[in-house]
Amino acid sequence: MPNLIAIVDYDVGNVAAVANMLKRLGHRAAVTANPDEIREADRLILPGNGSFDACMGNLKASGLIPLLEERVLGDGVPLLGICVGAQMLGVCSMEGRESGLGWVDVESVRFSESLRLPIPHMGWAPVRRGDAGNQLVKDLDDGARFYFVHSYYLAPKKVDDAMLWSHYGSPFVAGVAQKNVFGVQFHPEKSHRYGKILLDSFARIEA
Amino acid sequence: MSRRARVIPCLLLQSGGLVKTKKFRDPVYVGDPVNAVRIFNEKEADEIVILDIDATRLGRPPDFDLVAEIAGEAFMPVTYGGGVRSLADIRRLIRSGVEKVAINHAATVDTALVTEASRVFGRQAIVGVIDVKKNFFGGYKATTRSASHDVACDLMEHIRNLQCAGVGELFVNHVDRDGMMQGYDIDLLKKIVSVADVPVVACGGAGTLQHFIQAVEEAGVAAVAAGSMFVFHGKHRAVLITYPTGFTLDVI
Repeated sequence: MPNLIAIVDYDVGNVAAVANMLKRLGHRAAVTANPDEIREADRLILPGNGSFDACMGNLKASGLIPLLEERVLGDGVPLLGICVGAQMLGVCSMEGRESGLGWVDVESVRFSESLRLPIPHMGWAPVRRGDAGNQLVKDLDDGARFYFVHSYYLAPKKVDDAMLWSHYGSPFVAGVAQKNVFGVQFHPEKSHRYGKILLDSFARIEA
Repeated sequence: MSRRARVIPCLLLQSGGLVKTKKFRDPVYVGDPVNAVRIFNEKEADEIVILDIDATRLGRPPDFDLVAEIAGEAFMPVTYGGGVRSLADIRRLIRSGVEKVAINHAATVDTALVTEASRVFGRQAIVGVIDVKKNFFGGYKATTRSASHDVACDLMEHIRNLQCAGVGELFVNHVDRDGMMQGYDIDLLKKIVSVADVPVVACGGAGTLQHFIQAVEEAGVAAVAAGSMFVFHGKHRAVLITYPTGFTLDVI
């Protein structure tokens, strides 16, 4: 069991549901920008809502990036990015000019207008497992579905890095994993049972 | 998990408490909203809709703190409506953790607000609420401000206007059937679905699962919402918050 799960607070709106779901599962979680707590944490969650540039801009302005790099790349602390937080783990996004954190080999691209589907993609959608990140998604069964709200999706350079797939007009990657870094496009904190399974697996991953 | 129609508890707020109305009148206190949300978490409701029934009528802004508290407790998507007047309100609501913002009155006085909001937040985040009332001649009228005012134009024209302005979903609430639990107005829903190019949510009248099935199969709505059915139990309307299990819902 992890000692503390820190949900990185860099002014991206209400992420109370993430903390509340973890607490309901019996884990110690804090929404925090406090470097001491981020140093103490043995799991990190990077949320993200809104536009890619606004999120990256806020995270840069928070001054927390060097500390997060030290923890994630140096100490190997497991980190989970949620929604735009997952996209920020990548190299860049078609949505903005800011560069991403570059911790996973991913670009975020926009759903094609040629699909003739509403953008953003919003709603519950089933997922199936890919090749990566098995320790995080191993407990998801065939009924697994999650709640999505997004216009851009994760496009990993190597298909082996896809952890979860979903479908909106055509298949898209709903989750990626590289070593101790994980990202999910959907909102586990708004996805009831399957969100709980995923967050609990994240808390229990062997670091 | 099949992609069955969504089943949505519609919760009414008044002065920070949860109430249930009949025909948009006579609100009865049914409990604490945050507690209700926790119960719907346990029951794994597809999503919830929260409407403040006083805000617009009394010219009050949304209770942002309460909305944030509800959104932080909800392990499912939340739609909020009531007292929304500006882009700043919508931004604040979305930042406080709700997924969708519902608009009725403001959309009739300021269609540019809908257009701008759907451009900024995506049209899926903006829900057009239509509170429908039957008039003396059997025709339908859209109303605003707790059904106290009629929308000037024809109902179908009003729906087309909302869609043109950019709403991503239509929440159709039937004033005369509200709280009656005698079934949805299938004829009305059929008419609306036939002109809608966005998902239609039916509300007002549900009392049984059969009513849900009717609305989905006969009228073709994308989602069904209910209030009384989820908060009252038995003919004496004892307050009991419930939600059908996933297994039961698979028939829808």
